[in-house]
Amino acid sequence: MSSVSPAAAPARRSGPGLFRRLVRHPLGGVSMLILAVVVLIGALAPWLAPFDPSATDLRMILAEPGPEYLLGGDAAGRDILSRLLVATAFSLAGGLLVMAVAVTVGLTSGLIAGYYGGFIDAAGAWFTALTMSLPSIIVLIAARSVMGPSMWWTMAIFGLFISPVYYRVVYTSVRSVRNELYVDAARTSGLGDARIIGRHVLLAVRAPVILLMSGVIAAGIGMQAGFDFLGLGDPTTPTWGQMLNEGFYNINRSSNLVLWPALVLGLTTIALTLLGTALRDELEGTGDKRHKAASPWALDGEVAPLLDHGDAPAGEALLTVRDLAVAYPAADGYATVVKGARLTVRRGETHGLIGESGSGKTQTAFAILGLLPQGGKVMAGSVEFDGEELVGRSDAQMNRLRGSRIAYVPQEPMSNLDPSFTVGHQLTEPLVKVLGMKKGAAKERALSLLAKVGIPDPQRAFDSYPHQLSGGMAQRVLIAGAVSSHPDLLIADEPTTALDVTVQAEVLDLLRDLQEELGMAILIVTHNFGVVADICDRVTVMQKGVMVETGATRAVFEGPRHEYTRALFAAIPQGAPRAPLPGVASAGSLGAGALR
Amino acid sequence: MNQPLLTVDALEVAYPGRGLRALPFRAVKGVSFDIRPGETVGLVGESGSGKTTIGRALLGLAPVSGGTLTFKGEDISHPTKQRRRELTRDIQVVYQDPYSSLNPALTIGASLTEPMIVRKTSKKEAGARVRELLDMVALPADAADRYPREFSGGQRQRVAIARALALDPTLIVCDEPVSALDLSTQARVLELFLEIQERTGVAYLFISHDLAVVREMSHRVAVLYHGEIVEWGDGDAVTSAPEHPYTQRLLLASPVPDPAAQEQRRADRLRLKDIQAQQDLQAGAA
Amino acid sequence: MLSFVSRRLATGVGLIATLAVLTFFFLQFGVSDVAQRIAGQQAGPDAVAVVEERIGVDRPVLVQFADWASSALTGDLGRSWFSGQEVTEAVMSRMAVTVSLAVGSVVLTAIIGITLGALAATRRGWADRAVQFLAVLGQAIPGFLLAMALVLVFAINLDWFPATGYTRPSDDLGAWALSITLPVVALTVGSIGGVAQQVRGSMIDAFERDYVRTLRSRGLPRRSIVFQHVLRNAAGPALTVLGLQFVILLGGAVIVETLFSIPGLGPLALNATSQGDIPVVMGIVVVTGVIVVLVNTLVDVVQAWVNPKVRLS
Repeated sequence: MSSVSPAAAPARRSGPGLFRRLVRHPLGGVSMLILAVVVLIGALAPWLAPFDPSATDLRMILAEPGPEYLLGGDAAGRDILSRLLVATAFSLAGGLLVMAVAVTVGLTSGLIAGYYGGFIDAAGAWFTALTMSLPSIIVLIAARSVMGPSMWWTMAIFGLFISPVYYRVVYTSVRSVRNELYVDAARTSGLGDARIIGRHVLLAVRAPVILLMSGVIAAGIGMQAGFDFLGLGDPTTPTWGQMLNEGFYNINRSSNLVLWPALVLGLTTIALTLLGTALRDELEGTGDKRHKAASPWALDGEVAPLLDHGDAPAGEALLTVRDLAVAYPAADGYATVVKGARLTVRRGETHGLIGESGSGKTQTAFAILGLLPQGGKVMAGSVEFDGEELVGRSDAQMNRLRGSRIAYVPQEPMSNLDPSFTVGHQLTEPLVKVLGMKKGAAKERALSLLAKVGIPDPQRAFDSYPHQLSGGMAQRVLIAGAVSSHPDLLIADEPTTALDVTVQAEVLDLLRDLQEELGMAILIVTHNFGVVADICDRVTVMQKGVMVETGATRAVFEGPRHEYTRALFAAIPQGAPRAPLPGVASAGSLGAGALR
Repeated sequence: MNQPLLTVDALEVAYPGRGLRALPFRAVKGVSFDIRPGETVGLVGESGSGKTTIGRALLGLAPVSGGTLTFKGEDISHPTKQRRRELTRDIQVVYQDPYSSLNPALTIGASLTEPMIVRKTSKKEAGARVRELLDMVALPADAADRYPREFSGGQRQRVAIARALALDPTLIVCDEPVSALDLSTQARVLELFLEIQERTGVAYLFISHDLAVVREMSHRVAVLYHGEIVEWGDGDAVTSAPEHPYTQRLLLASPVPDPAAQEQRRADRLRLKDIQAQQDLQAGAA
Repeated sequence: MLSFVSRRLATGVGLIATLAVLTFFFLQFGVSDVAQRIAGQQAGPDAVAVVEERIGVDRPVLVQFADWASSALTGDLGRSWFSGQEVTEAVMSRMAVTVSLAVGSVVLTAIIGITLGALAATRRGWADRAVQFLAVLGQAIPGFLLAMALVLVFAINLDWFPATGYTRPSDDLGAWALSITLPVVALTVGSIGGVAQQVRGSMIDAFERDYVRTLRSRGLPRRSIVFQHVLRNAAGPALTVLGLQFVILLGGAVIVETLFSIPGLGPLALNATSQGDIPVVMGIVVVTGVIVVLVNTLVDVVQAWVNPKVRLS
């Protein structure tokens, strides 16, 4: 629910079309220019070639470049330029054929298998496994012994052979689209399979299919060149590979023969690969997104004053946040997600930080911990913990506090445990590495912690991997880890949001018990007023990056002063239940057979 | 008016188990309830209770393995493909996630006309209907030409509601329609649901994990636990004075946004926990 | 775990059987005049018939296949139609050379690729860009083109390595090392890019996982998070790519061997193909398939060992 990095949110851009964006992409523009030239040469080869590419002239055998043969002659006295031009046409055509076959076969089978599953799905998986159990060159060589040296057959077979590349991509995106709610919605709108595929599924596979095209063409051209370089090609169709073959065996007599085809082949495949990279950047928005800030960061507008109920008890402030600002670099300067965070947490108190999504409450918590996501930076203000300033500390300096005096409980229990290590390992590792405990002692501490957080069989949980735990159990493990160092401050970011209500109540009980026992302060970040009412001594309300109201929980709930707080309270569903439908006898009946 | 619109009788939904000898997974185990025209029936339960599956079975998106669904007197447990598509005129849906329930590559207008495609509505008619629908859910008319990414969660949910209304259905399955929304947005969307019901007389099957929301929305409420209905009846009775131990636990576990009341509720919950633990002990000893 | 391995192997056996059947019947389309070619262009029908009987193509195809399959199961892949050499022996001795080239390249690829990928993922900035650029370039240039360039520069112009030829490691270890340096380099350069990019991607992905933040919140130093948690979680995808690279490298070896005149599978395959020597072609296909299946199974096993979710299910 809490968006971690606002900078990562808008992946799709609106604006100019794909083609124009590609031209503007530094690699895309250059590679498209190169490809355009190569394609043009290939297309116009029959008209451009000054000589018949297979006409031999004994005088011109291995001739140096000259006025007649501009690039010289080959070992059979043919014009290198003419051969190169025609070879370009054949080589490109071969690459395109590979792509056409691969797209046709891979797209159709991927669509059908992904959408309907069943037999075709199994057949597709089997064919994919089959193609991956042999290097394609072996297959092409074997095929040649039957088909003979036909370039078209060879390339078509290669296309078939690499069609699983498309099959897999199409298959996975169809599978994921199939699970999208909008496909369900289309079905409940009465659309048939064909319409759904045409409307929703094709739209989703379009990008990955386009993305792979240049790579597949490059692979086809490379494979064809390699195949012909081995001398397996059709001698009547000149290709780059064939020219390289002839050139390589005459390398001691003239390096001229190798130079040109190698250059064109290399340039073409490099341009195709770079085009693929540029396409990916533009289609998936994975390009270099580190913006150079156009202007230095500045806070725009005034930060509204904080309405303080002024009912703070006398007590030592453990954590004091003053005018904290957090920003991420964005397209035009900075996106400031926290503008003026002000917060005081006293020793031993439970403090609720409440706000709606995008209010900056989670970002504030991360900033206190020094764990802001990539790109996020504290721009102004201070975070004082037990008299020490935390803003500006290095990661290593923060590590002297994190995990020993400040601890953190995350929102989503499952994703916050490393799936590759046992619970025991994840609990003891910090005890050994950070607190310097002996392994045996750490294990003992971990087991007693697991018992303390209410896990019935601590040894079994200790030996488990995260995926073997339920969500509620995993959250208990994370709490055990957080309190393992007896911290002074526990920062819990929506610790119960991902849990069922009945589990939530138990986890809140656990936090309350732990706090009583350990005397730590807890900062609970939440959007739920019920959670605040249940566990918090004090509460601070946050709106759009600014704290607007703070006070004792009862005082704020009984007399909210800020208009935003009042609006939030008004929105809480606690109204009267609906009256039974008129004309209907009150239905106190329990469904027969529904009772246990 | 007393004739039920939909009767669910001993509904079973089972998914085939993975692997050869695996038993089928029974998501819904013999559930019965009914919905009258213009009524809202709330289905409340925690994760794994089968509440979403019941909604999906109604829509034909989950396999009915037992029992019957009777809609307007017709058995729709296993309709033909053709009939299922016709039924979509009557039974519509609003999903939980307003982000994945709209195709990001289609304009709002295109998403809204989707239900009309099959009905061969003329372009002009469809355009007029889209404007009407947008007006109904209080979105500006120019929203039709924009893409989902330009809208907030609450606005997208309005679009989803408009799409559900496109064919004038008599029943809308609302699957956690406000759980993904912020508190203030949630209140406005709930209000919209009530307002539309008043205007059109549509019936809702309102699925949620939030007892407070269900209480505010529903005439009658069914409480689900592990695929079974444990309590069913008048909304007020079920949500304020439940009889079944699970409903009691569920009610007392939902925190109330009032520190004093919540303290009381917490004490009640802990007391109930002790009583129920003792009862379990006695039941085990007997 | 044991049942997991046996399941993978059973799938592999099924694949190889399919492969053998498909290849065998496909190759039947090319045998029509093979006896004539073996006997020579001048040979009369009688002589050709003798040859046909000797190599067994006078029998029904199904019988031929049953015969081939039953002896293949005992490890006997028949004899070459042209040279009369035992196929098993010919393929195995040459396969050893090809596989050692591929394995050497995979090991080198793994070491360099993982290092570069990890470097790019942890340092980001210019190191990242340099690695990405090199990776794209390495992938873009066809392997044999690079091999050619290497021969021209390091063998012909600089004369540091032999341009062609192969010395057995048993004859002279130093000379062997020199003779395979250029081929291995030519093979490796192309595959490093893919591995480096995969490692980079999955490490960056792992870095952004929630559990990394939680581990950091517990005061663990970055070093131990990178080397234990991030690398471990990135290992799975990297292994998959290395397994795929092995197959690609095996194919690349066929071309590179021909270029460097190394007596591996490549020259044997070319020769058998141009002659239409079906027993040899079959032998190459089947033995290659077996090796790939074994390598894939190995990758799966290591994968399961790294990933508890697979291991415990």
